[in-house]
Order: sequence, then structure tokens, then C-alpha cells
Amino acid sequence: MDSLWLLLGGLSVALDPMILLYALIGVTLGTAVGVLPGIGPALTVALLLPATYGLDPAGSLIMFAGIYYGGMYGGSTTSILLNTPGESASIVTAIEGNKMAKAGRGGPALATAAIGSFVAGLIATLLLAFLAPFVAKLALTLGPRDYFALMVLAFITVSAAFGDSTLRGLTSLFVGLALACVGIDQLTGAARLDFGVPQLLDGIEVTTLAVAMFAIGEALFVAGAATGPALLNATGSVRMTAADWARSWKAWLRGTAIGFPIGSMPAGGADIASFLSYATEKKMSRHPEEFGHGAIEGVAGPESANNAAAAGTLVPLLTLGLPTTATAAIMLAGFQQFGLQPGPLLFITNAELVWGLIASLLIANVMLVVLNLPLVGLWVRLLLIPRYWLYGGILVFATLGTIGISPSAVELGMLILFGVLGYGMRLYGYPIAPVVVGLILGPMAEQQLRRALAISQGDWTTLVATPISAGLLSIAALFLVVPLLLRLRGRGKVLTQLGGDSD
Amino acid sequence: MSKATRGRPWAALIIAGGLAAMAAVLLWDASGITRDGGYAGVGPADVPRLVAFGLLALSVATVVAGLRGDIPAPPPQRAAPVLWILLGLGLQLVLLNLVGFVIASALLFACTARAYGNRNMALGLGAGVLLAMAAYGVFDRLLSLNLPGGPLEHLIFGG
Repeated sequence: MDSLWLLLGGLSVALDPMILLYALIGVTLGTAVGVLPGIGPALTVALLLPATYGLDPAGSLIMFAGIYYGGMYGGSTTSILLNTPGESASIVTAIEGNKMAKAGRGGPALATAAIGSFVAGLIATLLLAFLAPFVAKLALTLGPRDYFALMVLAFITVSAAFGDSTLRGLTSLFVGLALACVGIDQLTGAARLDFGVPQLLDGIEVTTLAVAMFAIGEALFVAGAATGPALLNATGSVRMTAADWARSWKAWLRGTAIGFPIGSMPAGGADIASFLSYATEKKMSRHPEEFGHGAIEGVAGPESANNAAAAGTLVPLLTLGLPTTATAAIMLAGFQQFGLQPGPLLFITNAELVWGLIASLLIANVMLVVLNLPLVGLWVRLLLIPRYWLYGGILVFATLGTIGISPSAVELGMLILFGVLGYGMRLYGYPIAPVVVGLILGPMAEQQLRRALAISQGDWTTLVATPISAGLLSIAALFLVVPLLLRLRGRGKVLTQLGGDSD
Repeated sequence: MSKATRGRPWAALIIAGGLAAMAAVLLWDASGITRDGGYAGVGPADVPRLVAFGLLALSVATVVAGLRGDIPAPPPQRAAPVLWILLGLGLQLVLLNLVGFVIASALLFACTARAYGNRNMALGLGAGVLLAMAAYGVFDRLLSLNLPGGPLEHLIFGG
């Protein structure tokens, strides 16, 4: 098949020593930030964006993807040993994983998480390789109105469909859309919301917003809260028993089967996939009584699901230019920084880069399982760094990126302002990701909308005139209304309900 | 920063007020842009208007949610650590172009460490200088990111 040859071609790019080095840096950093609570892959990629300005585009993007994959691996370690998820996609892992660790079975829990991540990452990356060219071909037939509908769907799924409040999700999204209006209008050149400040004409930098909201908002929030939990040292041997293997492998495959589609349809990110996988495992398990007391399936499934979803997220990102998670949104900013526009044309104009990236992910997966299984003890040591050094360092690097973009008081002032905004949003339970996605997708959605309307000479019915656009908008409407109704009937049931539908 | 659940409707009102203010700014700015819709009939001022109407609707919904008690109470927060971090950020903002990246960032580092319970300011400053120096060396010199240098940077890395 075509994809196979292209993938083999990609491997020759990926095996270049410099590219291997970038991938290794990426997965190492990714594992580290996954392990450390408070910094996730989105923030790390945002921090590194300005630093990679002068580096090789292919290498940098491979590094970013490595960080994304690595974050998914590393997150499980903290969930299991500390009961504090390193990032949001590992929240459910903590439920069973920490119980296992408390029962002295932390080692097998870590092992099933790492091997499950490997299996899922491998299968999902291969699926990505075979699926992406088809989606890219399909995407070539899409017009502005279809793209607009697709973006509306992404807006809704990121903000309203999951999470605990439609109102708060939509509010976050609209804050992001409002910020997206700042700067020069891309179609007419009219200056909007610049308040006479020249730096604002370029719009608000995605990296500044993301770093402020994730790093500074989080640092303020954690500092203000009470102190964190103690580390569990009960790792023990990472060897899994025959029974562990027997119970894990099906969960890995099921997690992959759930995670990849969730990630690749603009239907939310890895956290949702891991929740759905947990619900499925609980339902399918032959040992339902163990759930809540350390069932290994409850670790194996969600950890595979979140890795598969991370790979799945790359499908809409690479083929449509559509980010469905905060990390993907920032990776999109990374592509744009190098003058590359992800989308169907990327597969033609930069085929070598795309296939090199996909092939690197396969290699990164192998690196990650080596980094995470034998070396897990090393990563746990990272948690012994006193928090005051850790957060001091995070803030210095957070400001460094912004200063690197422009060492002006305006840029730093915005960083602080958005940081305080992010803190306030955390206090009152507003999600952060929709703001970032709104900021980066807002202008793209606006352009597509106005192009579609220009083609139809101002006729708004054009937006639902193709089956694709009408279908996508209906799905978006469903995603908006159904969770709203479900929440009215009783919150918390939502995810279980969806979990029941998915198998 | 209220801890008491009693303050909740107020929080909702403040959030709603903020959203409405944002909408007002968008509308005010849009009113100053000439309507230039072209063939689309939708010009540069229209999408901000659309967003503003959305914000206004959300603002109303937030008030309703607040009155019904649907806004969750924030977890208890201590003010002092938060203020320490803000002090550090403020110091860095003001001093950055005066004393250079390393000293300004070391101050931020020390203040943040203080917020997280490091009582030894001198140690925090020293560690901050070392870290910021290493960061300056790597990012400004090796990766050619442009970080503002002050006397200390010139002394160590040369002009």
C-alpha cells in the first residue's frame, strides 16, 4: 500500500541521528513534565515554542509530538504513586492505580500502564499513518462552509460537550473568541481592539496566553491552596504476574479501540477517552468487586486510551489543521511558527516532514517504554525536588518564553494579566483549554465563515447547504443540547451514560 | 478571594459584570470600524459583534446560575503566597530592562520559592541567579533568543 511506502520513507527521515536526538529530548522532557504535577504537555510545548524559533522545523515538531506522547506515559506514574495526576488524562488512572500502590502493587500498576501505553501508541500511530492520507484526500473536497461547520463542532466539543458545566465551558470559549478578535483583521486589514498599542496589532500570542493560563494561573492556584500529599515509596518490583498479563491485554486493546476514535473525531481529548475506557472496563470486568480497590484493568484500559487518543488527535491536526485539545492547539501554533499550515496540502507540499513525524512517533514509542519501565525509579526521584525550587523554575521559564518573543512591558504585562485571569478561572471551575482553542481557532473560523458567505453573496443558508456542513452542525447542536439535558437529570451520570453507549 | 459560601452570588455577579464589560468593549470597538462587508455582507466588525452578543447572553446566564447557587464555591485560598508570586512577577516586569534578565528573573524565582515555603531568601536569590544565568547562557547565546542583558550578563558573557 501507498501508506506503507511513505511510512518507510518517513523512517529514513526519522532515523537521522539529529532527528533521533530531537525525539529523545522530546520524550524525555515529556515524561518529566508528565511526572511532575502542575506542568503538562500543553504548557511545555508552549514554553519551548519560542526557544525552537531558530531550529529545524521537522526536528522541533517531532520534539513537540514526543512531549505529547511522553506526557501521556509520565502522567500515570504520579497518578499511581502520589494519587495526584500529573495531567488531566491520568485522573482516572489514580482511582485504581493508587489503590494498587497502597496495596504494595505499585510496580505492576506502573508496568501495565507503560506497556499499555506502548501497545496503544504503536497501534494508534499505525492507524494514524493509514487513516491520515484518506482523511487528507477527503479534506481536499471540503469548502469554506464545511470547514466552518467543522470548527463549530470543535468549539462545542472542547467547551460544552464534556466537563461539568456547559455554561462555564461556553464562557471560557467566548473569552477565547473575544481575545481572538484583537489585532488586524486578516481579510480587510482593519485594526480591531488594538487600543493604539502597536504590539496588539499582531493579535494576542497563543504562547503568551497558554503559558500565562497554564503556568502562572496554576502556580498561583497551587501556592494558594493547602500543601500536597506525601509520596508513596511502595513501588516494589515492576514485574507483572501471569494473571496481570491475562487481565491487562484485553484492556489495552479495548482502551486503544476507544481512545483512537475519540481522539481523531473532533470529540474531545485524551481525558474523555480515559474516562470512557474506565467505565467500559468496569462494566466488562470479570472482577467488578475489585473496582475501587485496585483493579488492574482500571489502570491498563485508561492508560492505553489516553495514549491512543493523543495519536488520534494528530489526525484532525495534520489533515484538517483542526486542533481538538490544548496541546494540539499549541502544536498548531508551532507549525505556523515555521510557516507550515497543517491541512490536506501539507501531505503534498511537505510529505517528507509529515511522514518523518509519523515515523518518529513509532520510534518515540519504543524510546518511551525503555525510559518508563526500567528507569521508573529515576522519574520518581523527580518528585523529591522541593516544590519551591520546582515552581520557581517553572515561573522563570514561563516568563523566559514571553520575554524571548518580545522583551516589552506590554507582552509581560499581558502574561501577568492572563495569569491572574487563569487563576480566577481555576478558582471558580472554568476550564482553560477552551480559551486557548478559541484564541487559535477563532480567526480561522471567522475567515472560513466570511469566505463561505462571500461565495454565496451573503446568503446564510449556504452554511447548511452541503450534507457535510449540515451534518457537522447538527452533531454540534446535539453535543450542545444532549449533555445539557443529561446534566439537568443529574450531574455526574453523564460520563457513565456515554460510556454505556460506546460499547 | 472569599472563602465563605455566603459570598457566592457576589462572585457570580462579578463574573457576569466582567463578561458584560468585555462585550461592551467589543461593541464599542466594532462601532468604530467602517462596515465593509463586501460580497459576504459580513465585515470585520460583525464577528466581534457576534462574540459580544454571545458574551452578553452568557453574562445573563451566569447571573441566573449565581442566584440559583450553581456557581461552585472556590476552594479555600491563602492570600500571602499568591501575593508573593504577584510581587515577583511585578518586580521582574519593572526591573527587566533596567538590570537585565538574570537579576530580574532571580527575584521572581526567590519570590516564588518564598510563596511555596522557602524561608531563606538569600538561598532563593542565589539559586535563582544560577538558574537564570544558565537559562540565559543556553537560550540567549546558544539558541539565539533575544533576552535583555544588564550589567551582570555583560560581565559574564561579554558584550
